[in-house]
Amino acid sequence: MTGRQLIMDFPVTATSHLLADYQARGGYQTLRKVLTTLKPEDVTKEVTAAGVLGHGGAAFPVGRKWAVVKLDDGQPHYLCANADEGEPGTFKDRWILEHAPHLLLESMLMTCYALQVRNCFVYIRGEFDQPYRRLQAAVEEAYAAGYFGENILGTGFACDIVVYRGAGSYVCGEASALITSIEGKKGYPRNRPPRLTVRGLYQRPTVINNVETLSNVAIIMRMGAEEFRKVGKPKSPGTQLVSISGHVNKPGVYEVEYGYPLAKFIYEDCGGVLAGRGLKCIIPGGISTKVMTAKDIEGVTYDHKSMEAAGSQVGSGGMVVIAEGTCMVRLLHVMLRFYHHESCGQCTPCREGMGWMHRIIERIVRGEGQPGDIDALVRISNANDGTTICGMGDAAGYATVGIIAKYRDEFEYYIANKRSKCEGRLEVETAHA
Amino acid sequence: MSASGRPEALDPERQAQRESPINAPNLPSMRHLQPEFEALKKRYPAGFQSSLTLPCLRRIQEVRGFVADQDIDWLVEYLGVPRVQIEEVLTFYTQFRREPIGRWHVQTCRNVSCSMRGAERLIDHLSRKLGVKIGETTPDGRFTLSVVECLGSCGTAPVVMVNDTYHENMDAARIDALLESLK
Repeated sequence: MTGRQLIMDFPVTATSHLLADYQARGGYQTLRKVLTTLKPEDVTKEVTAAGVLGHGGAAFPVGRKWAVVKLDDGQPHYLCANADEGEPGTFKDRWILEHAPHLLLESMLMTCYALQVRNCFVYIRGEFDQPYRRLQAAVEEAYAAGYFGENILGTGFACDIVVYRGAGSYVCGEASALITSIEGKKGYPRNRPPRLTVRGLYQRPTVINNVETLSNVAIIMRMGAEEFRKVGKPKSPGTQLVSISGHVNKPGVYEVEYGYPLAKFIYEDCGGVLAGRGLKCIIPGGISTKVMTAKDIEGVTYDHKSMEAAGSQVGSGGMVVIAEGTCMVRLLHVMLRFYHHESCGQCTPCREGMGWMHRIIERIVRGEGQPGDIDALVRISNANDGTTICGMGDAAGYATVGIIAKYRDEFEYYIANKRSKCEGRLEVETAHA
Repeated sequence: MSASGRPEALDPERQAQRESPINAPNLPSMRHLQPEFEALKKRYPAGFQSSLTLPCLRRIQEVRGFVADQDIDWLVEYLGVPRVQIEEVLTFYTQFRREPIGRWHVQTCRNVSCSMRGAERLIDHLSRKLGVKIGETTPDGRFTLSVVECLGSCGTAPVVMVNDTYHENMDAARIDALLESLK
């Protein structure tokens, strides 16, 4: 086991995602308690006290985000759950959408009550068909049971929800691009300030939280902040859903209690590296986080402080395991091709920089690399950092700099010898063939 | 000047040649979807029809297979949004199409985790098997082959999305069986 389980604490069956099963597990009872006995600010107080951090990648404290919304400002407020899960390697929110949609909905209702939101949204990526069907069916069940609409549970509280489907855009997972997309426009990120909690969707105060982050709200309100904080680490309370993939024996979604030993998780709980190979490195939290070598993960515990001390991040929880013998040059090529494809084109450094970096890595992979190419990749990455409206260009740079810092010799070899030091392998199977 | 003595742009013969499915005059209207859109509108905050742009376009594409010129005309009128906004949406998001494609849209993920589990070989296999390059449609109109970036199904890589459905843990044998089943 990977520590205590808060979200994946029930067996998945053919009906476990349905309302009846959720209610049998005690679902929506806390909502009744919240709506009938607590004031909105009590909810915010409890969630703030729980110290839960954002699970989408940036680990921003939820309470601090919510605190910006003023309940008595006379404006409509909005809440959006970010289900635009697109960071390569990440598929954890999909688990919640498919298996615990009512946990998300109950949490969103509590959040709407806390922030006095009349209309809330779930922005789900356009490719997620099965998760969308599950979630939309759950929304209809919840409406029929009187959890959404007017006068919810006879308390006078009213709330409507829309599941908004994206249409294929990585950048729409960025909060300001996400709301621009909900406004029915192309998903360009917006400059801040003003923060979205001041002027967000339709120019009104808007809170955008990741699906998993929001799902913690019902758990916190059920357990109480004090009990919740007993799970995980003081600076990283609770758990993280980790989606693990790549060269690993047991890929999938695991709920990991913060503070769990990272090496134990990979080698024991996930069955270690495919075909008995050695571990080369991991990408710990979505491909935009810096790689950690097999040596880097020794002694590290899975929580924000320990991961940062080891030079990387918890990120989005999207972990990719990379076996020994994998060509890091070709892997970076796959990554830069992706960033180039997904750059929205609004800011010059990202629009031009992604294409430039993609062209450089492409010629290295073709065997036409030039001596200054490695430094050029690092230079462009560093020049992009902090110069764009959103963090996409920065993220591509971090990933690039991270890989080059650890595996510069592979890049030098590729350029000098016009071929991969690892024979261009991306797969473990071909490594054996 | 063309043979008829008219400027090329006004020559009816040339216009007919240029006619593509997206502006063909005999396309059915999608206005019968309006009641559906009205029901949708009720759950949005009042006065923000602009938000319906993406859902309406998606629904129209589901029914027609692509978005035609007349659909844009209608949405400009129905939603009261600027035409440029709809054009921008159609070109920005990769899932929207302005042209018809094959009956089965085979989209193979080629991002990190899928590449590490055989996506490159799978794409080559698909291309050979279907006899088309990436982005092309088979001559019988049955399949269009595309590559896409991360589909969020990395734990069951490689993944192939056919129309709206994910097919996970794919290999050459499973893809052959799948293609066989898609008529």
